[in-house]
Amino acid sequence: MSNFSYFPHTKEDIRTMLERIGVQSMDELYSDVPAEFVHKGEYDLPSAKSEEEVRAWFKDLAAKDTELKVFVGAGAYDHYTPSVIPYITSRSEFLTAYTPYQCEISQGTLRYIFEWQTMICNLTGMDVANASMYDGPTAAAEAMRMCVACTRKRNTVVASDRLLPNVLAVLRTYAKYSGINLVVTDDVYEAVGEGTLDLAGVIVPSINRFGIIESHLGLADMVHEAGGLLVEYCDPSALAVVKSPAEWGADIAVGDGQSLGIPLCYGGPYVGFMACRNEWMRKLPGRIVGQTADAEGRRAFVLTLQAREQHIRREKATSNICSNESLLALWCTVYLSLMGPEGMRKLNELCYAGSHYLHDALLATGKFEDPFEGREFLKEFALKPLCDVKKLQQALLDAGFFAALQTEEGYVTFCVTERRTKEEIDNLVNVIKEAAL
Amino acid sequence: MKYYDKLIFELSKPGRIGYSLPSCLLGCQPGRESEDSSNFAGSQNSPISSDPTTDVVPPLPCRGWHVPAWAAASTSAGSVWREAPLDLPEVSEPDVVRHYTNLSQMNFGVDTGFYPLGSCTMKYNPKINEEIVGQFNGIHPLQPKETTKGIQAVYDFMDKALAEITGMKHFTFLPCAGAHGELTGLMLMREYHMSRGDLARTKVIVPDSAHGTNPASAAVCGLDIVVVKSKENGLVDVEDLKPLLGPDIAGIMMTNPNTLGLFERDIKEIAELVHECGGLLYYDGANMNPLMGVVRPGDMGFDIMHLNLHKTFSTPHGGGGPGSGPVGVADKLVPLLDIPRTSGFHGNFGIILRACAYILALGRENLKMAGPLATLSANYIKESLKDCYKLPIPTVCKHEFVFDGLAEPNGVSTLDVAKRLLDYGFHAPTIYFPLLFHQAIMIEPTETESLETIDAFIEVMRVIAREAAEDSEMLHTAPHNTPIGRPDETTAARQPVLKYIRS
Amino acid sequence: MSKVIEGLLYSESHEWVKVEDGIAVIGVSDFAQAEMGDITYVDLPSEGDEVEAGEEFGALESVKASSELYSPVSGTVVEVNSELEAAPEKVNEDAYAAWIIKVRMSDESELSALMDAAAYSAIAK
Repeated sequence: MSNFSYFPHTKEDIRTMLERIGVQSMDELYSDVPAEFVHKGEYDLPSAKSEEEVRAWFKDLAAKDTELKVFVGAGAYDHYTPSVIPYITSRSEFLTAYTPYQCEISQGTLRYIFEWQTMICNLTGMDVANASMYDGPTAAAEAMRMCVACTRKRNTVVASDRLLPNVLAVLRTYAKYSGINLVVTDDVYEAVGEGTLDLAGVIVPSINRFGIIESHLGLADMVHEAGGLLVEYCDPSALAVVKSPAEWGADIAVGDGQSLGIPLCYGGPYVGFMACRNEWMRKLPGRIVGQTADAEGRRAFVLTLQAREQHIRREKATSNICSNESLLALWCTVYLSLMGPEGMRKLNELCYAGSHYLHDALLATGKFEDPFEGREFLKEFALKPLCDVKKLQQALLDAGFFAALQTEEGYVTFCVTERRTKEEIDNLVNVIKEAAL
Repeated sequence: MKYYDKLIFELSKPGRIGYSLPSCLLGCQPGRESEDSSNFAGSQNSPISSDPTTDVVPPLPCRGWHVPAWAAASTSAGSVWREAPLDLPEVSEPDVVRHYTNLSQMNFGVDTGFYPLGSCTMKYNPKINEEIVGQFNGIHPLQPKETTKGIQAVYDFMDKALAEITGMKHFTFLPCAGAHGELTGLMLMREYHMSRGDLARTKVIVPDSAHGTNPASAAVCGLDIVVVKSKENGLVDVEDLKPLLGPDIAGIMMTNPNTLGLFERDIKEIAELVHECGGLLYYDGANMNPLMGVVRPGDMGFDIMHLNLHKTFSTPHGGGGPGSGPVGVADKLVPLLDIPRTSGFHGNFGIILRACAYILALGRENLKMAGPLATLSANYIKESLKDCYKLPIPTVCKHEFVFDGLAEPNGVSTLDVAKRLLDYGFHAPTIYFPLLFHQAIMIEPTETESLETIDAFIEVMRVIAREAAEDSEMLHTAPHNTPIGRPDETTAARQPVLKYIRS
Repeated sequence: MSKVIEGLLYSESHEWVKVEDGIAVIGVSDFAQAEMGDITYVDLPSEGDEVEAGEEFGALESVKASSELYSPVSGTVVEVNSELEAAPEKVNEDAYAAWIIKVRMSDESELSALMDAAAYSAIAK
C-alpha cells in the first residue's frame, strides 16, 4: 500500500489492527460483499497529485475564466466582503465543526446562530427565524410548503411572475412533485380578489426582477381575508432601507443572504433565510436555536423545537431539511455586526447613487427607454433596449463588463453595487455610446 | 474551552462602526450635499471622512444621486421605504474579531479532536481545499459559458470522476445537501415513471433502519412510505419485501452498507425483485465512504444515488453546512437529469471545488484506500469494546457499527456515556439511532484517525464503563469539564426564546 | 404503575374518552404522558374541524419525541383545551384532568370498539 499524507496508518498499525480483529487481510473485511460486485482494476482517474500540482491545476483553470466587472444582479450581488469575515469563518472551530447536536461543546455555533436569527428577525420584522436554508429559491419553496401546512386542507399558492426566474423555477419544481397547485400570475391582487381559490398563500417579491421596489399596500389584508398567508421574498441588504415584510403585513419572509457580503463564487454556496410570525413558529422548517440555562444557571443555547424535524418526525416532519448553511449564516452575522445600522444605510446610499447615475446616463445615450418610469429602484433596474441586445452584450463583454442581462420580455437589467466606481460606470457608458449597435 | 457569555448585541454602543466604505461613489465632495443628502441620524457626521485632496471632483451631471429617495421621508402608507427602526449591533472591528474568536473557543471541530459520529463521516478537511477556492470568488453565476471555461472544466471533471467512482452515468450538481440530493433523486424517480405514463407508482419502500431523511424526503416529493423490516441480523428482510412489491411501487431507498454498518448482501436479489416489479433503486450515499475503491452502487443495480461531498469527499461541515449532494443516475435516466430544478444557480460550486481538490490529491491509488482503512478502524474499535458494550450484531461491519448501550448499564444510559465522552475531549458518537435499538451508540471512525487516537478513545470508553459501575451518579450529571453543563431543554421547548431582546 | 380511571373508555393508541350528553371529551392516558416524558407542546386542531375515528387530530411533543393523537370517535370538534397551548405540562401533571378536545359524535356506536378500564389496564404497562 502507498503512503499518503491524510492517512496515519503505518504497515505496523494495520497489522496490529488486523490481529485484534482476527482477520488475515484487509480484503477479509469485505468478505460479505458478493465477489461479482467487487470493483476490479483501477479507477479511470488521474494518479495522486502533490500539493504544488493541485495548486497549479486550479491556477490553470482559474486562468481560463474571465473575471468581469459585474453590473448584473438577478439574485447574486457583487457586494464587498470585509476582510474580517473570511478570517473568522476559516477558524477551524467553526469550519470543521458538525451540526451542534452536542450543545455543551458547540456553544460557539449555537450562539452565532442565535445572533443570526435575531438579525434576520430585526431586518424582516418577523418574530422567529430558523438557522438558515440552502439558498433563497429553496427557502421560497419551503415557504410555499409551509403555507399549505399552516392552512391545513388548502392547496393553492399564488406567486407573482415578477419573482426572479430562478425562484419561480424552484417553486415550480417543488410544487410539481408535492402536488401543490401553484398559480403564477402578473397580478396577485386580481388572483386573490377573485376568491375562487383554496388559497394557502401568496408569494411576492419585495424588489422584483426588474429591480422595482414593489408596493404591497392592502395585499396582506386581502390574502388573510381569503384564508391564506402572505410570503415576501426579499433582499436582506436592501431591507435596511426598503419597507420590511412585517411593515407590509406579511406572515413569512424569505430570501437569499448572499447580498450580505457573500462572494459570487459562481452561484454558491449561498444561504437562504426564513422567518415568520409567532403564530406559525411550530410549522417553520429547519433547525432553530433557543436560549435556556444549564443546572448552574449559566445562559446556554440549544437546538430546540426538534419535534418538528425529520430525525424525529420522519415522514411527518415539516421538511426533509437537516443541514443548515451554518457557516454562511456566520458569514452574514459577522457582516451585519460590522456594518451595523449605519453601514447598511450608507451602503444602500452608495448603491442608489451609482445605479441612478448609470440609469440616467444610459437613457442619455438614446439607446434605451425606461419602461418603468417613475418607479422606485435601489441598485438594479431594467431598460428597454432600442438596439441589438446580442451586439450590446458582446460589446460589453469585449470591454470586460458583465452587464445588460436580458429578461424574458427583452428588457436588459443593470445592477450597481458599492464595489463599482464612477470610472467603471463611465467606461461602461462610453462602451455603449461608441459601439455600433 | 472556557465559558464566554456575550452576545454581539451586548457589545453594542451607539456611534461605533465596524465597516469601511467609500464615502461617495460618484466622487462628490463629502459634505457638499450633506445638508439634504440624508435624513438619517449619523449619516451627516459620518466618522469616515475621505481626504478631499484625493477627491477629483469632475462636474457631475448631478440630479441628486446622492439624495436617496428615502431621504424624502415619505411616510405615506404606500411609501416603499422602511420606517421601522433597524436594530443591528454597533461595534468596532476589533470587538467583532474578539467576540467571534471567543465564541469559536467554545466549539469543537475535526481539527480539535476525534468525532466518532456514526453516519456523518467526520474525516479530516484538507487545507489545500480551502486555499484554492478564493480564485473563483469573483465569477457571477449567470456569466456566459465562454467566460467560465475553467469552471465548466471543474464540473466536467467532477461529473466524470464521480461517475467513475460510483458506476453511475452522469451527475447533477444542483443539490446543496444530502437530504436535498435525496429529494432531487426522488423527483427523478417520479419523473421517470411519469415520462412513461406510469402514474400509479406513488409509493416508495424504505427499510426500518433508514436515515430519518429518507421518509421525510419521500413525503416532500409526494410519495407514500412503505416500511420494509430488517431481519435479526440487521439486513433487509427479502421475504418481507416481496409482498410489498407491485404496480404502485415507484422504488426503494437503500443505504448500503446500512445504518448498522452492514453490507446488504442480498442486494442482487433485491435489485432484481424491485426492477422486475417496475420500480427503481435509490442509493443513499451517506454511507458511501467504506465502498470507495471497493464497490460501485451502479454495479449493484442502483439507478439513482446521491453523494455527500461533505462526508465522503472531505469538505468541511461548517457547523451544519454548506454541503453538497450531487445526484447521479444510470443511463436510462440521463435525459431527465436536468428537469428537477432544485436550487437557484449551479449548486454549491465552492464545495464542489473542494471535493475536486480532494480527488486530485488522493488520485486513483489513494481513493481506493480510504474505504478499507475506515472499515479497518471501525472493526478494530468494535472488537476492542465488545466486552463492555452490548454488541447486538457481531458480524464484520463496514465503516460504522452500533452498540446497544453498556453491557452492564447500572442505570447509566447511552446519553450519559455520550456526555461523559465530552469531558475526555472526544465528540460523542451518534446516539439513539438507528431506532432498531433502544440505547443505540453508532460509531464511525474514519480513515484519517491514527491508531493512537483510536486507542485513546477505546481506553476512555472502557474508563466510562468502569465509572458506570462505580459512580453512576457522576455520569448522570456529565459533562463536568465543558463550558456549560447539560442545559434545560424542556424549558427551551416550552417557552421558546428564539431571539435576543434588549433588556 | 400508571393510573387508569374507572368509568372512562380507552383506545389502543392511549386516548381516553368520557361521554357527556353526546359529546366525547378526549385526552391521553396517564400511561401515555409517562411514556412521553416532559410534554413541551400540544398540537391542537381547530374548533369546527371534522375528525374520523382512528385518524390523527393532533400531536404531543417532548424535547426528543413526537406522538400523534388519534381520535377514538368520529364527529366535529366543538371545543379545544386552549389552556394547553401555554401550559402543556398540565398533561404531565394530571392526564385525566387535562382534556384535549371535545367532539360531538356522529356515530355513538363507535364507542363500543373502545376498552373499559380493566381491559386497558392490561395493555397500559
